[in-house]
Amino acid sequence: MRAYLTSPRFLRAALPAASFAILLAAIFYVQPRAMSYFGMNLMLQYTVPIALATIAQMFIITVNDLDLSIGPFVGLTACIGATLLADTPVLGLLALLACIAAYAALGALIHWRNLPSLVVTLGMSFVWLGIAVLILPTPGGTAPGWVKAIVGLKTPLVPFPIIAAIVIGIVVHVALMTSSYGAVLRGAGGNPRAIGRAGWSLLKIKMVMYAAAGFFGVLSGLSLIGLTSAADAHIADRYTLYAIAGVILGGGEFVGGRVSPIGAVIGAMTLTLTGSFLTFLKISPDWQIGAQGGILIIVLALRALINRREG
Amino acid sequence: MSVIRVLSGRAWVWSFLGMFLVWLVTAVYTGGKGSADVITAALSFATFTVIVGIGQMFVITTGPGNVDLSIPSTIALSGAVAMKLMGSSNDMLAIGLAASLGCGLAVGIFNYLLIRVLRIPPIIATLSSSFLILSTAIAYGRGLKIKPPPMLAEFTTAQVGGVPILAIVIILFAILMSVVLNRTVYGRSVLAIGQNMRAAWLAGINVERIRFMTYVLSALLAAICGFLLSGFSGGASLNMGQEYLLASIAVVVIGGTSVAGGKANVPGIWGAAMFMFLLVTMLNTLGASAGIRLIMTGLIIVAVITIAGGDEPQR
Repeated sequence: MRAYLTSPRFLRAALPAASFAILLAAIFYVQPRAMSYFGMNLMLQYTVPIALATIAQMFIITVNDLDLSIGPFVGLTACIGATLLADTPVLGLLALLACIAAYAALGALIHWRNLPSLVVTLGMSFVWLGIAVLILPTPGGTAPGWVKAIVGLKTPLVPFPIIAAIVIGIVVHVALMTSSYGAVLRGAGGNPRAIGRAGWSLLKIKMVMYAAAGFFGVLSGLSLIGLTSAADAHIADRYTLYAIAGVILGGGEFVGGRVSPIGAVIGAMTLTLTGSFLTFLKISPDWQIGAQGGILIIVLALRALINRREG
Repeated sequence: MSVIRVLSGRAWVWSFLGMFLVWLVTAVYTGGKGSADVITAALSFATFTVIVGIGQMFVITTGPGNVDLSIPSTIALSGAVAMKLMGSSNDMLAIGLAASLGCGLAVGIFNYLLIRVLRIPPIIATLSSSFLILSTAIAYGRGLKIKPPPMLAEFTTAQVGGVPILAIVIILFAILMSVVLNRTVYGRSVLAIGQNMRAAWLAGINVERIRFMTYVLSALLAAICGFLLSGFSGGASLNMGQEYLLASIAVVVIGGTSVAGGKANVPGIWGAAMFMFLLVTMLNTLGASAGIRLIMTGLIIVAVITIAGGDEPQR
């Protein structure tokens, strides 16, 4: 038992949850009043959109790519949600489906021409932002009532954001980590050539993963406007960085298809909590992103330490 | 015929061709009015992109996965620190520049330590350090409204016959860096590492030292860019580096440097930087809205990388 608890494998898996728990404990220590239904709800309400964007990024990282456009993409879907989807639901739905299709097409393009995802998605981030600005030149719009209703759900005992985060984590975990096609998808990140030789279409895998990322990007955008009730083209610009950081904090490796959906959700929650923690410590919000960077570095340092023991 | 063959073998030609085409469309549309001014403006603005582009090019050339995402925050920090120290006084110019370079040096060393000691992939390392750097810049430079020393402002905006002095300096610098890339041990090592890190190591190249120097170089150039940019735009602002994240990577790619590493091109960066500026100018002249301009910029970057194609993976 003791050997298992100190094995690098266990430590690595426990690291995301441990960092989250430590941060949460620190918050409760500094501000005991945060330890309530209302407090938790307030601190974690933005977890849902960030966790969804993190999951989207995780799908891309699984196949050894990186999406630098997920932030603006979430912004775009938020804009569509607050305008088209609210005014003409059918048109809005079609637009969101087109967004997902565009992501699948990007996956196909990147695979077909063997392109660096970094450059393609960096270029696309401008495209998403441009379309969002065309749809909604000034901040505004209104979120559809049903979106607000879902996000604003008052669940008994445990606040909605926590339940939602758990559900998201488990659903994606079951789909990606326990299903047989999920194993193939992850294998495409670990050893694409082997998966290709085994007869799986790598093109299809890339398209599936990018489409999944697009789908979760759309969900992220919708849940975001459910909270803010209005949208803006720049509303989610920072999500690109949050999403990458969340995946890495959650134990995802950059290459090799080694990812963890539940870890990614915990990573997203850790990032959301950082802001509240600094507020409670009365540290200027100037340092918020710095603290997030610091946590990222500390967690990565710990992981490097664990990996080194593994030899 | 042979001229065409020779030229088409050189990737940077395309960026200059694109630049010329875009300029021509603008000139035809406006009936040639102000076409020379457009070139002057393009030279002034492209200069800053070129400075960071060269640093990014060396980083990208060291191989897949190497990219410096901390350039924008380094620009912001260096500008803020320099402006605050100099306090609009000419006498402090040297100290301001030294502080700027010091920021760059520190960022470069920090980035490399993260990559080397913690074995963090460069993208994540430079990303996390950019968080810290940006926070430092925000905390340090809050409410900063200091004008640059008159000499710096003059130097960065001076022109000779429609050609900005700074652009001439940076063109000379680009030539120097081209020589460094192609004719020095350092430059050849960077190329060799990008082509095959293991082979380079077996050939006796001190891979880690070269990578260290490359990340420091990139951070130093970002710092210089921040220093000059705050002189050029009448003071430092915290988001003045923002657009250089995409720009630095885009000019490297459009300029014909291989994203897979091992193949770099300095002149292409100038062509690409001019092209990017003139493209936006053209869209402006044609009356495109902000949204259309963003979409076109993005699509052209994607189109260029699609046509240039991914190189065969070199593993």
